[in-house]
Amino acid sequence: MSTPVDTVHDGHAVPAPMPRVPRWQRLGRLAANRPWLGSAVAAVLAWAATVWSAGGQGSGDLLSAALAFSAFTVLVSLGQMLVISVGPGNADLSIPSTIALAGAVAMVVMNGNDAMLLPGLLAATAVGMAVGLFNFGLIRLLRIPPIIATLAASLIVMSVAINFGRGLKVKPPALFSDLMALRVLGLPLVALVALTVTVLVAVMLERTALGRSIAAVGQSRRAAQLAGLRVERTRLLVYVICAGLAGLTGALIAGFSGGNSLDQGAEYLLMTIAVVVIGGTAVAGGRPSVPGIWGAAMFMFLLVALLNAVGAGPGLRTLLTGLIIIAVIVLASSRPRR
Amino acid sequence: MSAALAPRRSPARRVATLHALLPVAALVLLLAAVFLKQPRAMSYFGINLLLNLAIPVMFATLAQMMVLAVSDLDLSIGPFVSLVACIGATLMPEQPALAVLALAAAVGVYALAGALIEARQLPSIVVTLGLSFVWLGCAVLLLPTPGGTAPEWLRDAMRWRTPLLPLPIWMAIVTAIAGHLLITRSAFGTLVRGLGGNPGAIARAGWNMVRVRAGVYAIAGLFGVCAGLMLVGQATSADANIASRYTLVAIAAAILGGAEFTGGKVSPVGAVIGALTVTLAASFLTFLNIAPDWQVGMQGLILVAVLGLRAAIDLVGGRR
Repeated sequence: MSTPVDTVHDGHAVPAPMPRVPRWQRLGRLAANRPWLGSAVAAVLAWAATVWSAGGQGSGDLLSAALAFSAFTVLVSLGQMLVISVGPGNADLSIPSTIALAGAVAMVVMNGNDAMLLPGLLAATAVGMAVGLFNFGLIRLLRIPPIIATLAASLIVMSVAINFGRGLKVKPPALFSDLMALRVLGLPLVALVALTVTVLVAVMLERTALGRSIAAVGQSRRAAQLAGLRVERTRLLVYVICAGLAGLTGALIAGFSGGNSLDQGAEYLLMTIAVVVIGGTAVAGGRPSVPGIWGAAMFMFLLVALLNAVGAGPGLRTLLTGLIIIAVIVLASSRPRR
Repeated sequence: MSAALAPRRSPARRVATLHALLPVAALVLLLAAVFLKQPRAMSYFGINLLLNLAIPVMFATLAQMMVLAVSDLDLSIGPFVSLVACIGATLMPEQPALAVLALAAAVGVYALAGALIEARQLPSIVVTLGLSFVWLGCAVLLLPTPGGTAPEWLRDAMRWRTPLLPLPIWMAIVTAIAGHLLITRSAFGTLVRGLGGNPGAIARAGWNMVRVRAGVYAIAGLFGVCAGLMLVGQATSADANIASRYTLVAIAAAILGGAEFTGGKVSPVGAVIGALTVTLAASFLTFLNIAPDWQVGMQGLILVAVLGLRAAIDLVGGRR
């Protein structure tokens, strides 16, 4: 691809060149430059099926619950998306530990005091960013693959979280709990926060030098280097942003569930990777898909809701989730692969 | 071994030798520290107790190593080992034929996943991620609550008091030699490393890439079956999450043992030593009276220390 930076568009502004003809000619043409479309369609289908299986009852409630729960997934997955987008081999496995530590830190700083709400959130984000810095330090200084570096970091961070949060029973401030339950125009406040962050990330990717660098570095690290981009600085920022978002999410989850717990982030390790990929972000890097994060996060939640509604047990639910992830990636592979 | 793969320049060879010696040194250091702290551990029974848990980890690491050898990553080996353990604790005692059939089917699915990854050029991380949910789901369906009983013969086999050396040591020696022969001496091993290092060359030489990758995943599945059966033989009962941490442990052990994420550079002997080191690190920390809370973090630090040493060797040896 001669103009690598153009291909990150969702196809609205600059259509990316298509090296291969899509398999389903008509649908394929439509979907080709919109990698998020599949996840959005899947989410709508899952929602419709769930509502239908419940006899048309509670469609609004379901949507609102999906928005609230997806908000957390979206916040962490946006960070994971940026990390995966800076090139093959990049992934952040320390997200669950960061969420656990940041949740504990937020609760301690707030200490049930309404006035400390903002400092608590900032502290959680700062702790996350520190973890990101540590991650990148390991990657750079020890020259170890990011997967192993973030894995080792996650073990260390988890130990710190265990020691810091041992016997910790701090309730979130009343204001925090109220805010997390608040609805604005019928939408959960968390969802609006996540939406704001999503827009910020999208603007960052499309309009700022950092965003373009992320795409360029992900598409060809060597080309980016030769073009004079500061590759390592870009990677550093991406890891810091990702861990910072995980930190913020850790605080929000603790506020949402009435206190922090050590395993509050456990599910987000595999979840973020699945959401990023189902959302249409290229695993090989360089092509982030921001709207797809929402589609995939909603889909993953609604899928569980649907399987619950039709009475599938936990085993069958997990089995089907796995099969659907594989099916989605196989269907998505008709996209051109770099 | 990576030494065999190094070019003939002598500094590069020295770096490769140091790389190969690093996991050995880490293991010896840990063992010495454990024996110093607890001299009674230096006995047949003590060593057996120390390294018993390393047996299933060894096989899980070899499975991960096979997949690493073709420059893929397997996120499903932990849940797969759990599933095998669940099959071993539920079907195995009463319907051995059905159990064998189930295990064969599971290995077949593994091979199918490998074929799919090659045929559609899919990212292995995502396919094995999906696969991990499939294994976990099957395990939960089979054994919704922890329980079951391993067959008598399996429990007896894992309790076998081997002559001269304890069972874990014999196991380590046998698996290391078998893995080494498979990877460095067999035609298939050369093919596997070729697929990891230069897939284009393998394709141009006329090999059926789909079949080779399917074979690699099938062998990984077989190693996983060994790991699961031995684990359930030791634990005597199973649960659906019995081995979920094996995924990351196996990656860490394989990398400690000198494997690299790309380029088909793997070392079966290193992988076995890596598995022993990772297991021993956990026991060592207990011996040191380090609070259990810090043990997880210390494992991370040990990983960082060994990899840091490897980076230092590279730096001194002038290799990037």
